[in-house]
Amino acid sequence: MTAPVRLAVDLIACDGRGLCAELLPELITLDDWGYPLLSGRTVPAALRGEASAAVQLCPRLALRLEAGAGAAGSRVRPGAGSTSQAR
Amino acid sequence: MSRLLPGDYADRTLARHLARHGNRPSCAGTRRRDELIAEVERAGLTGRGGAGFPTAVKLRALAAAWPVPMVIANGVEGEPASDKDKVLLAVAPHLVLDGAVGAAELTGAREVVMVVHHAVREIVDHAVAERRTAGTDPVPVRVMTAADTFIAGEASAVVHWVERGVAAPTGRPPRLGPRPALVQNVETLAHLALIRRHGAVWFRSAGSPGEPGSMLITMAGAVRRPGVYEIETGTPVGGLIELAGGAAAPLGALLIGGYFGTWAEAAAALPLPFSSAGLAPVGARPGAGVIAVLPRTACGLAETARITRYLARSSAGQCGPCVFGLDAIAAQLERLAGDGACDLTLVHRWLGQVRGACRHPDGTALMVASALRVFGAEADLHARGWCSEARP
Repeated sequence: MTAPVRLAVDLIACDGRGLCAELLPELITLDDWGYPLLSGRTVPAALRGEASAAVQLCPRLALRLEAGAGAAGSRVRPGAGSTSQAR
Repeated sequence: MSRLLPGDYADRTLARHLARHGNRPSCAGTRRRDELIAEVERAGLTGRGGAGFPTAVKLRALAAAWPVPMVIANGVEGEPASDKDKVLLAVAPHLVLDGAVGAAELTGAREVVMVVHHAVREIVDHAVAERRTAGTDPVPVRVMTAADTFIAGEASAVVHWVERGVAAPTGRPPRLGPRPALVQNVETLAHLALIRRHGAVWFRSAGSPGEPGSMLITMAGAVRRPGVYEIETGTPVGGLIELAGGAAAPLGALLIGGYFGTWAEAAAALPLPFSSAGLAPVGARPGAGVIAVLPRTACGLAETARITRYLARSSAGQCGPCVFGLDAIAAQLERLAGDGACDLTLVHRWLGQVRGACRHPDGTALMVASALRVFGAEADLHARGWCSEARP
């Protein structure tokens, strides 16, 4: 099994183009101004490919994958089904 | 309580400082360094810039860092309601410098940068020149005037300012090129200087056991003698208002902790100890020690709208949700303060969405959320075309 990863965004770099939310609606929604709201949870194995694609296609290079399971302090969208992995 | 602030306002000169506090004991040497950081830990000193982070944890992390860090004394104090760092630097600059140089020895740093508000720049320059002439310090000390903006005091913004002259947060851990930076509030450094002289037991002999020591506070608004005071942590809020000469008008609400603080009804807050644990019942924290007193005759919603607009304008302008979110929230609050025609559901939704690379949007959202709790009845009045400020 691969190590758990989660999404992170550099909001200074982000321009709100919204491509990431189109590519990965399971984990990324947009706020009222078009900036990404990330699910704080660990990226499920089935979505790893899409997540990598979203990171690579971000026109501002603002999205990244970080090592670590879904952590405290990150925003977990209400209603996002939790599949958090035990470490 | 007068540990940091001399009663007579005359410790500006090195001679007076030495007469009062004696020579600065060295903190150099690897073995002694570990013992002294353990002493700071026993003292229970926490950051006095607002975040309240344990100072010993920071010192230990930076002492182990490579390359050796540099020390940045944060005297920016961009918060308009706060004056305590300016007053401290104006009346006891050498105590802060002792602490900054001591922190450099404790972490192995080879340079200290004092970033200070322009109002006290000359005083700090003079103090540094005196010390250079006397040859008191083992590391060079440089002084910089802070950028005159609200956001300039945020830790990563201070480092950014020192490195590139840009007073905007970076969202990354404080670092100057390859060098990690110990960014420490000037009041914290002054306490550090006194702990080195008198020890942890002495430090803990004042204040509440959980959050010991003294702290500087700024009393603003409807008190008879607004200004900066040194208090023991855990002093009841009502006692702080007495210290500032008492209320200048019947009390309505208090903004505790500054612009990123929490609104609380005065009656609920007055008996509470001024500490994180003590203020928990009203959801407040001491923050950087500001208490702004709103009289019952003033409208809390109007004041909140004014502060929120100020904070929206103070955004560094880097992160979209902060730029657009704070402006949108401020606009709704201005309508609420006016004719009451405001969509509060939308405001609550936005309070949960604003975010960015630093805590500026989060701090603003917490203050606004507390206002909507405390001034709920006032919001109802506004919706019906009334305002308590206009009431006879």
